[in-house]
Amino acid sequence: MNKQLVAFEKIGISFDGRVLLNNIDMSISEGEIVTLIGPNGSGKSTLIRILLGLQAATSGEVVRHKALRIGYMPQKLHIDPTLPLTVKHFLALVRGVDKRQILPTLEKLGIAHLIHSQVHVLSGGETQRVLLARALLNKPNLLVLDEPVQGVDVNGQVELYNLIESIRDELGCGVLMVSHDLHLVMAKTDTVVCINQHVCCSGSPQHVTGHPAYQALFGVPGADETIAIYAHQHDHVHEDDGSVSSDDPHKHCHH
Amino acid sequence: MLDFLLRALIGGLGVASVAGPLGAFVVWRRMAYFGDTLAHSALLGVALGFLFDINLNLAIIVLCVGLALVLVTLQKKHIIATDTLLGILAHSALSLGLVAVSFLDNIRIDLMAYLFGDLLAISQTDVYWIYGGGLAVISLLVIFWKPLLAMTVNEELAKVEGYPVEAIRLLLMLLVALVIAVAMKIVGVLLITSLMIIPAATARKLSKTPVQMASIASVIGCLSVCGGLWASYQWDTPTGPSVVVCAAFLFLIAYTSPIQRKM
Repeated sequence: MNKQLVAFEKIGISFDGRVLLNNIDMSISEGEIVTLIGPNGSGKSTLIRILLGLQAATSGEVVRHKALRIGYMPQKLHIDPTLPLTVKHFLALVRGVDKRQILPTLEKLGIAHLIHSQVHVLSGGETQRVLLARALLNKPNLLVLDEPVQGVDVNGQVELYNLIESIRDELGCGVLMVSHDLHLVMAKTDTVVCINQHVCCSGSPQHVTGHPAYQALFGVPGADETIAIYAHQHDHVHEDDGSVSSDDPHKHCHH
Repeated sequence: MLDFLLRALIGGLGVASVAGPLGAFVVWRRMAYFGDTLAHSALLGVALGFLFDINLNLAIIVLCVGLALVLVTLQKKHIIATDTLLGILAHSALSLGLVAVSFLDNIRIDLMAYLFGDLLAISQTDVYWIYGGGLAVISLLVIFWKPLLAMTVNEELAKVEGYPVEAIRLLLMLLVALVIAVAMKIVGVLLITSLMIIPAATARKLSKTPVQMASIASVIGCLSVCGGLWASYQWDTPTGPSVVVCAAFLFLIAYTSPIQRKM
């Protein structure tokens, strides 16, 4: 049984009476890749921010393993153009970094040639890899990746997911990923958690894609996918407190 | 006979050397208006210093830091847009300072010197303050360079990696307040931020790393002080504004010259 790194216990958060997250239970263990999916505004990023300590939950608890060390890859990187900064200098900012590790890490990610480039001129895919390098240099046992393939073309996305998987295999770390594209990410994931203010369903990718709650949010796999991916059909209504209002006594997605 | 000129040069170079690196942070973090607000409030510090008979530099530092704290608190509450808030504070602090100064009838204050600086009038004590304060600022910058830069590049990443971001932000404000206190004698409250921003902005064109930009900003600031002093001596122009004009001139040269540093 692998060591559990993080567990969310009944996490909830609300602003001015508007519920963003309600009663979230989930956990991540070493060596496990967990993907968080959900439509825009479902609270995925908020949950990540709670895990990172950037935002406080209004209820519930985050239980962190005492040896937890997070490597965080933000959604994007905005560096003011007035700040001249090379990739090397950017990576040297990691707290307590061993500077000799910078080049080997870049080599592993296939971007060693960028070490002296200015961060402002990198392409989307290059930026994502530099951010991944920064996360790795923090010597994490949990990688937290917020939409790691944003702004990357499809080939690049496949490469990035492969890279993430090989990093997991090599370091044995846990990986928590946020994503809203579903098909590419599924193959590389052990556990999928589908959230929309609350946990709609979770489990293996096969289990989740077959789950009615998932299909209600993202459509039936194999149906017209171009529409299914982007259309978010809500078959249930959220009350002000975020609970699901339906006749379903289990207060779950209406199936 | 040239004693005062030498002292002015030494004092001016001291201020420019400190203002450069800190100006780089002001530019990177888009704190120009914030710096202005603190600088404008410095006049109120002067008035209060006279009123309570405490050291003026100390009064300015205390007031600037106090105002910085008020600003941060108000900003967090999101009552009003930050630039509006800064505008309100900057001009009310300046006006309050001018009003307060007018109450000091038994003391004659050379208002122009405080508003626009009077480099030629600085005393030996002022030079000590400049170098003492300057040394403190530079040491703190060197010691905390990495956390300061990490926070500037990306606050969230820095926080996740365990940097004490809130404390570092406070430190940066304290440093800006210190620089304002020591630079006030040279360029006056209305022009202080220019001595931080213009050399740093000029240095941007010539640098590839943050350290380069900070050091080149110092050098450009020093050149501006030399040029401004020379012009002031030559044509009997006001020193503070002459220094700023000189800095602006260097900025123009850097940005219009064909020399392009490869990114």
